[in-house]
Amino acid sequence: MAEIALRDIRKSYGPTEVIHGVSADIADGELIVIVGPSGCGKSTLLRMVAGLETVTAGSIAIGGRVVNDLEPRERDIAMVFQNYALYPHMSVFDNMAYGLKIAGISKSDIAAKVNDAARMLELEPYLARKPRQLSGGQRQRVAMGRAIVRSPSAFLFDEPLSNLDAKLRVQMRLEIKALQRKLGVTSLYVTHDQVEAMTLADRMIVMNEGVAEQIGTPLEVYNNPATTFVAGFIGSPPMNFLDAERLRSVLARQGPNRLDRAVTIGIRPEHVERTTVGNGLLDATVAFIEALGAETLLHLKTDAGETVVVRSANPEETVRPGERIGLKAVPDHLFAYDADGRRVASED
Amino acid sequence: MSGMVEKKGWRRVALHAGIITGIAIVCFPIYVAFVASTVTQGDLVRPPMPLLPGPHLIENYTRAIFQGYGTPVWRMLWNSLVMALGITVGKIAISIVSAYAIVYFRFPFRMFFFWMIFLTLMLPVEVRIVPTYAVAADLSLLNSYTGLILPLIASATATFLFRQLFLTIPDELVEAARIDGAGPIRFFRDILLPMSRTNIAALFVILFIYGWNQYLWPLLITTDADMNTIVMGIKHMLPTGDQTVEWPVIMATALLAMLPPVAVVLFMQRLFVKGLVESEK
Ligand SMILES: Nc1ncnc2c1ncn2[C@@H]1O[C@H](COP(=O)(O)OP(=O)(O)OP(=O)(O)O)[C@@H](O)[C@H]1O
Ligand SMILES: [Mg+2]
Repeated sequence: MAEIALRDIRKSYGPTEVIHGVSADIADGELIVIVGPSGCGKSTLLRMVAGLETVTAGSIAIGGRVVNDLEPRERDIAMVFQNYALYPHMSVFDNMAYGLKIAGISKSDIAAKVNDAARMLELEPYLARKPRQLSGGQRQRVAMGRAIVRSPSAFLFDEPLSNLDAKLRVQMRLEIKALQRKLGVTSLYVTHDQVEAMTLADRMIVMNEGVAEQIGTPLEVYNNPATTFVAGFIGSPPMNFLDAERLRSVLARQGPNRLDRAVTIGIRPEHVERTTVGNGLLDATVAFIEALGAETLLHLKTDAGETVVVRSANPEETVRPGERIGLKAVPDHLFAYDADGRRVASED
Repeated sequence: MSGMVEKKGWRRVALHAGIITGIAIVCFPIYVAFVASTVTQGDLVRPPMPLLPGPHLIENYTRAIFQGYGTPVWRMLWNSLVMALGITVGKIAISIVSAYAIVYFRFPFRMFFFWMIFLTLMLPVEVRIVPTYAVAADLSLLNSYTGLILPLIASATATFLFRQLFLTIPDELVEAARIDGAGPIRFFRDILLPMSRTNIAALFVILFIYGWNQYLWPLLITTDADMNTIVMGIKHMLPTGDQTVEWPVIMATALLAMLPPVAVVLFMQRLFVKGLVESEK
């Protein structure tokens, strides 16, 4: 039983506040991914949970116990770092055993736990090696092993895969997910990679400039982005944003006018469809075409100079750069945002 | 193709010739000293100077070690060894601990202390020798090992070196240790010390030789012949005025004085290289 509760967490470095009040409830056994661009405060938030940074205001509770003033070791957490942070002079075995040794666990118990973890992570052949004799992926496993052996009530990951190559990253991502499922340990996982976030998360916290912009399951966040920031950050290629003013007359013709207060209209690339010139929401000129094999991305320029990306399932697009085409939106997939970038609730 | 190899071959020969000449120039005086320590005083003063070892090696060395001039050489070697080891171990211990404090702990006036330590770089023993002597005399440290060692122990250089080393250890490693539950002492013992061992080995060599070669301070602080160090001892043996001296014994003493530093270099070099190969980043 270890749920984590964050209550209005704030963090200031001197006079500058970098985390502006983040609240979240993480259920027991849940894998929460904190995702956001560089410098938005993901690591800071995670490090506050770990006890490596002091909390300026708010409270952090792990398993119902407020841990604000506890040392990292008293919080019953384990952390996996981006650069693995393995002790270079210790063997793989000793790296994994070090925390247990400090905790005063008997030698035979330590050996049993470490061997269990090594078996689970397929590290058995490497136990006697030093970290520098391992590949990046193996080091990453050792770092995971070091976290697992302590059977903590929460795992904290800070961009654990960003030093690996793309293929290994995908593989390790699956392994981490499987392992977390199997062990059922509450986990907080920080990444700036939205694909990693989408695939790993039970729920994700999308952060921007020290604020949690949206908390929800990956599909909730994808299908109903709460702000223009979230809409633009989650999804690749990102959502298209158009000036609502110029679309208003067209939209009014199409049905009940629910986009009154909207300043920006967002449409995902897969929800834009082609039509003949003059018959859609707007017309645009094809700038260039990316054929990705299974699908094709059309990059278009509107007359007002906005860029629109259209995802087309047709692998052999016949349009050519310079051609003018009409664009329409799949009904009910228009997102309306107000001047602050917040979603305008639909009135109908 | 073969021309190139040949050219390379010639270059090697030339390089080796250069190195060998250099070594010969450096080693020749030592060789002469060795030869001088194996003949009699009579052979030595009668020209030409002998250039091949004579039969009196054991005799000369036994005299040097057990009799010497006033103080037997073994006694002076022992004094030097205690002093050099004391200075080396003391300097390393003190500087690694101060560097640890300065890098990893936030305490009031931290930077002030750091700069104070740094300033002492400008005050080597020679500069502060009179006040240091006064203090040592007041504490009745004259003619004692403590007196020989203690005033030479503070080391800004070593502190600075360890500080730079600690600054290169990634923060993540420190944090990982904190999460593993290592307190300050454990972290120092289990992580920092083992990670510093190459630097410690290198410092050990440098500081041992520094300590061994101390001359001025031992000269001041020891008046008792039994406390003389070997470097002082050699100086004492040299002729003053028209006193006659036994050059073979002096040469034997000089060579004996070289042995411990050479041994330390050889022994530590192996550790040192091993450390270099094993340590990472
Ligand atoms: N020790 C510090 N002193 C002052 N400001 C800091 C400190 N640490 C972090 N910050 C600031 O806090 C903000 C959040 O930093 P943080 O490291 O949490 O970002 P991040 O989201 O993890 O970014 P990245 O993806 O690049 O790791 C940044 O603007 C950073 O400049
Ligand atoms: Mg970060």
